[in-house]
Amino acid sequence: MDNKNSNLQAEIVRMSGVNPRKCMRCGKCSATCPAYDEMEYHPHQFVYMVENGELEPLMKSKSIYKCLTCFACVDRCPRGVEPAKLVEAVRLAVIRQQGKNHLKPEDIPPIVDEDLPQQAIVTAFRKYAK
Amino acid sequence: MQRIGVFVCWCGTNIAGTVDVKRVAEALKNEPGVVYSDNYQYMCSQAGQDMIKNAIHEYKLTGVVVCSCSPRMHETTFRKTAAAAGLNPYMVEIANIREQCSWVHKDMEAGTEKAIILGRAAIAKLNLNTPLTAGETPVTKRALVIGGGIAGIQTALDIADAGFKVDIVEKKPTIGGKMAQLDKTFPTLDCAACILTPKMVDVGQHENIRIFSYSEVTDVKGFVGNFDVTIKRKARFVKEDVCTGCGLCMEKCPMKKVPNEFNLGLDNRTAIYIPFAQAVPKVATIDPNYCIMKKTGKCGLCSTVCTVGAIDYNQQDEIIEEKYGAIVVATGFNPISMDKFDEYAYSQSKDVVTSLEFERLMNAAGPTQGTLLRPSDGKHPHTLVFVQCVGSRCEACAEKGKEYCSKICCMYTAKHAMLVRDKYPDTEVYVFYIDVRTPGKNFDEFYRRAVEEYGVHYIKGMVGKVAPEGDKLMVQASDLLDNKQLHIAADMVILAAAIEPDESARSLATMLTASMDTNDFFTEAHPKLRPVESPTAGIYLSGACQGPKDIPDTVAQAGAAASKVIGLLVKDKLTGNPCVAESNELMCNGCSACEKVCPYGAITYVDKEFRMPDRTTRVRRVAQVNPAVCQGCGACTVACPSGAMDLKGFATSQIMAEVDAICK
Repeated sequence: MDNKNSNLQAEIVRMSGVNPRKCMRCGKCSATCPAYDEMEYHPHQFVYMVENGELEPLMKSKSIYKCLTCFACVDRCPRGVEPAKLVEAVRLAVIRQQGKNHLKPEDIPPIVDEDLPQQAIVTAFRKYAK
Repeated sequence: MQRIGVFVCWCGTNIAGTVDVKRVAEALKNEPGVVYSDNYQYMCSQAGQDMIKNAIHEYKLTGVVVCSCSPRMHETTFRKTAAAAGLNPYMVEIANIREQCSWVHKDMEAGTEKAIILGRAAIAKLNLNTPLTAGETPVTKRALVIGGGIAGIQTALDIADAGFKVDIVEKKPTIGGKMAQLDKTFPTLDCAACILTPKMVDVGQHENIRIFSYSEVTDVKGFVGNFDVTIKRKARFVKEDVCTGCGLCMEKCPMKKVPNEFNLGLDNRTAIYIPFAQAVPKVATIDPNYCIMKKTGKCGLCSTVCTVGAIDYNQQDEIIEEKYGAIVVATGFNPISMDKFDEYAYSQSKDVVTSLEFERLMNAAGPTQGTLLRPSDGKHPHTLVFVQCVGSRCEACAEKGKEYCSKICCMYTAKHAMLVRDKYPDTEVYVFYIDVRTPGKNFDEFYRRAVEEYGVHYIKGMVGKVAPEGDKLMVQASDLLDNKQLHIAADMVILAAAIEPDESARSLATMLTASMDTNDFFTEAHPKLRPVESPTAGIYLSGACQGPKDIPDTVAQAGAAASKVIGLLVKDKLTGNPCVAESNELMCNGCSACEKVCPYGAITYVDKEFRMPDRTTRVRRVAQVNPAVCQGCGACTVACPSGAMDLKGFATSQIMAEVDAICK
């Protein structure tokens, strides 16, 4: 696992408050999950893959948006692992990375034209990357 | 003034590696009272002990300090050595410079300095030691076994066969326990009743065994060798010595709608009942919560039909007081309640059962005479789903379930699955497992047979939910190896419920002053080396009260507990601990503080005449300690506000001398 990836892993673990090492691989989360068939990666895989630092496939997967956040897995997990919180943390990590794609000030003038509402320009300012 | 000899042990490199033993011996030479100081590689060896004996004679020593390992290890050894050389054994003090010094320090300088200080403290204490003589107490040659399951039965038989009297107290109307409810036993599949009931009969007929069934222990006083136990024999409203167990009363009893606890409520029994055909003692019991006569005063049918006149509606609880030398706890286990696991629909469908209920459904003496039928509609089930680890291996802080592995479920589930497939080849049997744990002789082979010969579908995964739909149970589960979610329309779901200690265990532990762990299992004196003894002297552990256990393990432990009890009961006298509390009557102000804190009931108050300075006599109330009962815990010495209570061998002055020596 490279350094960047392990930082990201630590960040996801911190955001979720989940300790994936508590998992005993019983699979009750995935047995419980009502969105199982919609998900490419299933709740138990989230726990396992985060623990192993396989974050790229999770972050690219649509699974993070398919989780209903119903927390059935959290409720039923015998070890208190809380997989749904991990799914949400991965989702958050993706959103935060998107945040890093903010417009730079020099990007703005070329796209400003007469039809562009002023509000959009203000929004773009707000999204400036420092 | 004492003449003290100091002996510093190297313990090979265990001590000498981080403590300069020669410097310690040299430094302690100058302490008050020390007339001799030396060091040696292994003080506990024969040569080391001879060195102590020779020094005692040569230097006319009155006390010995050994700087070595923990007193738990060799205090007895060195006391015996001193006694052999004619010294009072309580004139030996151990300075622990291994566990509490050399093993925990890496720095030679610091380690040596600490060893000197510890040695100095022991010398300071020894200077105030006085010779002590241990008293002797007689041993009551009778054992009490609490619980009449297979653990209690085996322990009682083994003790009784050795020639000692044994009483079994069982809270149910019959002995037999959980094993009597089982169908077959793994890994050999013998019928449980066939191997248990002969033992029950042996217990019932043994001249050395008395059975107090339908009884409870309500109070325990005393100490090892001399326990005073109060037993409540609950009124069964049937004269036990008259009833022949013919069962005529059960046939005639009009109250037939009582949930049958022996079949776990899967069918009904009558208000007057014998739990099962092979019950010991085979005596009827009237359930006063359901008996029409007891509730309304009108009926009396059983009394009319009883040919021997055994029915006595006015029978009262009987209190028995008996003395015992040893007590064996064999209170066993129960499956946990499924209330908090409603994802498995246990409360919603009769066809979701626990494994113990399944035992009854498969048992020839059970509610279905051994034909497997669905409890809801009595139809033959085709698809059965077994769920393992229901409530076992949960997070420690979880509100539901237990942290430990219940140990027996993997094997009995394999047994159930195998038996179903054997009897009904038209069935599909699924077992959902997290891990299959089968350590034990012929255990893994047994599980593999279920898979390979009987075609049981073992699936690595867990059931997430069970939903009753029509006459089916829709089981949603995960298959982790295939990375699939499965949906099975099942006819029955069987839950391998975690097991927990019997609910009577905690109050019993309080009565016995025996320690328990956080799960209410009794704690053994040493997890490896003293597995069948409680840390409380005279209390022994047998079976699942100490931790989850299968029948082979239980029987082995039951025999081990019995041999420990026999080892105690063959002694005529027990040597007591002379380090007991003593009350200075002149200083005692009669406040009763010590009496209240004493956990052993060793302190009593007496009115005693004292001569006053003005030559009058006055009666004062003062504390007295029974040295045979006192265990030397020291609680009274702390509670005493006037300083009248002191502990022999650990007097306040001695402890303070140690503290002073350390702080010097």
